[in-house]
Amino acid sequence: MAVVSTIRAIGNRVVSAVWRIGVASRFFFLTLIYSGNSFRRFHLIIKELFSTGVMSLIIIIVAGLFVGMVLGLQGYETLKRYGSESALGVMVALGLVRELGPVMAALLFASRAGSAMTAEIGLMKATEQISAMEMMAVNPIARIVAPRFWAGVISMPLLAALFSAVGIFGGYLVGVVQIGVDEGSFWSQMQAAVDFREDIMNGVIKSLVFGIVVTVIALFEGFDAPPTAEGVSGATTRTVVTSSLAILMLDFVMTAIMFRGA
Amino acid sequence: MGRTTLDLWVGMFVVAGIAALVMLAMKVGNLGTYNVSESYQVHAYFSNIGGLKPKASIRSAGVLVGRVTSISLDTERYEANVVMSLDKRYQFPKDTFANILTSGLLGEQYIGLMPGGETEMLKNGDQLKQTQSAMVLEDLIGKFMYSKASETAK
Repeated sequence: MAVVSTIRAIGNRVVSAVWRIGVASRFFFLTLIYSGNSFRRFHLIIKELFSTGVMSLIIIIVAGLFVGMVLGLQGYETLKRYGSESALGVMVALGLVRELGPVMAALLFASRAGSAMTAEIGLMKATEQISAMEMMAVNPIARIVAPRFWAGVISMPLLAALFSAVGIFGGYLVGVVQIGVDEGSFWSQMQAAVDFREDIMNGVIKSLVFGIVVTVIALFEGFDAPPTAEGVSGATTRTVVTSSLAILMLDFVMTAIMFRGA
Repeated sequence: MGRTTLDLWVGMFVVAGIAALVMLAMKVGNLGTYNVSESYQVHAYFSNIGGLKPKASIRSAGVLVGRVTSISLDTERYEANVVMSLDKRYQFPKDTFANILTSGLLGEQYIGLMPGGETEMLKNGDQLKQTQSAMVLEDLIGKFMYSKASETAK
């Protein structure tokens, strides 16, 4: 009997997971359909850009600076063994532009802005603000969800680019200013190795995909949360966990597609 | 916070993000140093390209004049067909000599162009007739070992 109930529990979990994915996809398409309205009322998006983008600036810039500095330090220690310290710029720039910039910025964005989105919408639901909107014939997806979605999609590539730029500056600070790697070879080798279309644009595409995934997960979890204090806290946790895992898995898939030939 | 201050902050955020992208493109990437649009293509056959890769640089007198566009094996000649795009600003004579070189002992490989003496210039789609293959380190060591062995045999 224990076997049967275990199998039944597993089956139930799988079915409900697939069901949730279906609901989330339907939610995503509804958001896209109703987003025309939020572009007509652009100040809604601007307000959300402030709370997701501008408020994430400090954490992105500080984290980017330190990640770049660590890359400079560790890269120098490793490259020194092969006598190729001058390739430090290449290592820092490619590491940040291709991988660390989009991924780290997305992880920070998920925990800084994604969790806030989920908690806000979950609480709106718990205090029946969403039902009130429906009563007033205001579509909550058009009024609440779509502006947040577009704010997330717009701000994510910008944050990732800022992260990479600040990180390269951090690598420059440690590598050139502190350790004393030759400045000319630091920049010129970097420029010779980093390709605009191949590396930088692929990084932007990555961060765009992460932006879509993180905001859809955050908004859906908020919208789907049970309207209780416990439900909202559980939904916030799930947002951070699910979107972090989704970012890392999607990153592997996209890297395998984008950079296999290079 | 009023709407005007909010707009200002968001504007600053967007400007900073775009500035970071432009800085990445210009200072970190190769967009500032090399313009792909104004170029012409030539190709050359090499019997061995060694470790040459697409996007490797093409230099003449040490100056970057273009990049390798594609590399493929021509199954009629069984030689590597290397397509290069060269900067329009730099014109080379028809009998230019293409040479696969290595920067440093173990550095990356690039194509060096030695201009010939002809007055006619290369045009789009032309072929560089005179080429020299890459110096493969294993071959060199092999030759060295062989000559050593024949020396001791004497």
